[in-house]
Amino acid sequence: MGESLLKVNDLKKHFPIEGGVLGRTLGHVKAVDGVSFAIEKGETLGLVGESGCGKSTTGRMLLRLIEPSAGRIVFAGKDMTKLAKSELRELRKDIQMIFQDPFASLNPRHTVGRIIEEPMIVHKLGGKKERKKRVRELLEVVGLSSYHAKRYPHQFSGGQRQRIGIARALAVKPKLIVADEPVSALDVSVQSQVLNLLQDLQEQFGLTFLFIAHDLSVVRHFSDRVGVMYLGRIVELGASKELYEDPKHPYTQALLSAVPVPDPNYQNEKIILSGDVPSPSNPPSGCTFHNRCPMAMDHCKTKVPELKELEDGRLTACHLY
Amino acid sequence: MLETATNKPPVDPQIEEEKSTPLFSEVWKSFRKNKLALIGALIVIFLILLAFTASFFAPEGINEQKLSMRLQPPSADHWFGTDDFGRDILSRVMYGARISLRVGFIAVMGSIIIGTLLGILAGYYGKVVDMIISRIFDILLAFPSILLAIAIVAILGPSLRNALIAIAIVNVPNFGRLIRSKVLSLKEEEYVVAAKSIGMKDSRILFHHILPNSLAPIIVQGTLSIATAILEAAALGFLGMGAQAPEPEWGRMLSDSREYIQDAPWTVIFPGVAIMLTVLGFNLLGDGLRDALDPRMKH
Repeated sequence: MGESLLKVNDLKKHFPIEGGVLGRTLGHVKAVDGVSFAIEKGETLGLVGESGCGKSTTGRMLLRLIEPSAGRIVFAGKDMTKLAKSELRELRKDIQMIFQDPFASLNPRHTVGRIIEEPMIVHKLGGKKERKKRVRELLEVVGLSSYHAKRYPHQFSGGQRQRIGIARALAVKPKLIVADEPVSALDVSVQSQVLNLLQDLQEQFGLTFLFIAHDLSVVRHFSDRVGVMYLGRIVELGASKELYEDPKHPYTQALLSAVPVPDPNYQNEKIILSGDVPSPSNPPSGCTFHNRCPMAMDHCKTKVPELKELEDGRLTACHLY
Repeated sequence: MLETATNKPPVDPQIEEEKSTPLFSEVWKSFRKNKLALIGALIVIFLILLAFTASFFAPEGINEQKLSMRLQPPSADHWFGTDDFGRDILSRVMYGARISLRVGFIAVMGSIIIGTLLGILAGYYGKVVDMIISRIFDILLAFPSILLAIAIVAILGPSLRNALIAIAIVNVPNFGRLIRSKVLSLKEEEYVVAAKSIGMKDSRILFHHILPNSLAPIIVQGTLSIATAILEAAALGFLGMGAQAPEPEWGRMLSDSREYIQDAPWTVIFPGVAIMLTVLGFNLLGDGLRDALDPRMKH
């Protein structure tokens, strides 16, 4: 494996809950509570989990769109959490984001050409002519036509808009792309087109992806390695194939058993978890999963399981192992 | 350098044919259907033309006194009659349009510039900045606007220019609050987050992404505020705190002729009607603009 492009160490985000007349802090929502992972150059790391498990917050913290409460983010050898505002802006050139909602992520008053050109203007890349030329190239690259540059976002369909968002992310030749549920707002038929496009682009330009999604089959299709998140923590991390075929953590097992199989005769034992996801403002003690875990033991209630390596590159946070 | 990806999506033929339509034409389309708004627009255009051409078309000078012709009722010579100095009221009302429109436009422009600036700062940076600016707005809004305007004129000294400054200050919090709330909601829009993630500076985000998208409410509020500003200028003029005699300001004219309201009502009626028409015109125009611009803001 190559060198790590991004290393995240014990990343935390605690949102304060303010209340009362004086706006005192009553508690914290532990949206992300100690997440660590690394992404190698050229690979795709998938991040899955239920809504509210902190996967989007993690993605946004990587660009410091949300300021982390604690932890370190080392990107290409630089600690991002310590950068000044101007250095941070400079570094954002190398990390770009693709957003979930293609209808909200494009400024309705700008033409498509201007939307794609803007990152290049901001980072002072090339002259006006070169930029316009690159906009046309990028439009072709993402499967649109160069004459679309003069149009406005509302003249495009959801899938086409997402392609525009991808072209914008590619404009500054980033090293890492954080894709925050890039296809979950799209029709199923369009999803695969956009996923294939992302895969083609990864091959062409050697991109590295952090791919955030709640759709397990989408992540499997797309990722080299997958991290499973539950209540602000990574509970299992491993190579995509192994993790899907042999899930270790009880939560991952339950999650995977819920994936529908397109075969009417297929019988499997669905693991139905009892109860709801607990509130991240008041997570259970010990292992946060213990109150829903079918295999919970006594010490799960008191001791927080560490994320440890089972075999090569396979990590899980569970007292069973 | 770049290669075309193989999976091109089928292009919707309808989208293909549709030409890029600027927002303006859509707004005009829905504005045109609104009869009242068109009437408002006509009144405003008429007033603007009147203001610009007053010096050509006014039958007499504004301060031409003919003491033999005092308080003449409307006639073929003097369509609107004459006042207590024998001055032609039609001419004075025409010149008055110039003053009122100027006060309205400049005062509102001033409020928009200062209000927008403060509103953007408060909405975008939040926290302490927002606290301070919002409290200033609250203080300004706590006074009835005309009282506050009178207080400001009392400090600066009565004159048309100072009345204009007072009206501008009084209207600042209206725009400030409007922009602040608009910025607060736009700040959370994903395309603004996207702009930030690209590495854009705050100033560029504010002036390229947030401000252009908050323009519609500014235009509507601006048009409606011109009406209020003109009314306030007339009120200040009437109270002797604004335009001074012999300036043909409508409020001033009302105040100067109010002693003759019994014997020569035309001296009061025509400046009054002029104020009413102007305010009506701007209000209709503003309402129409709001209706035309609003549906676009929904998506």
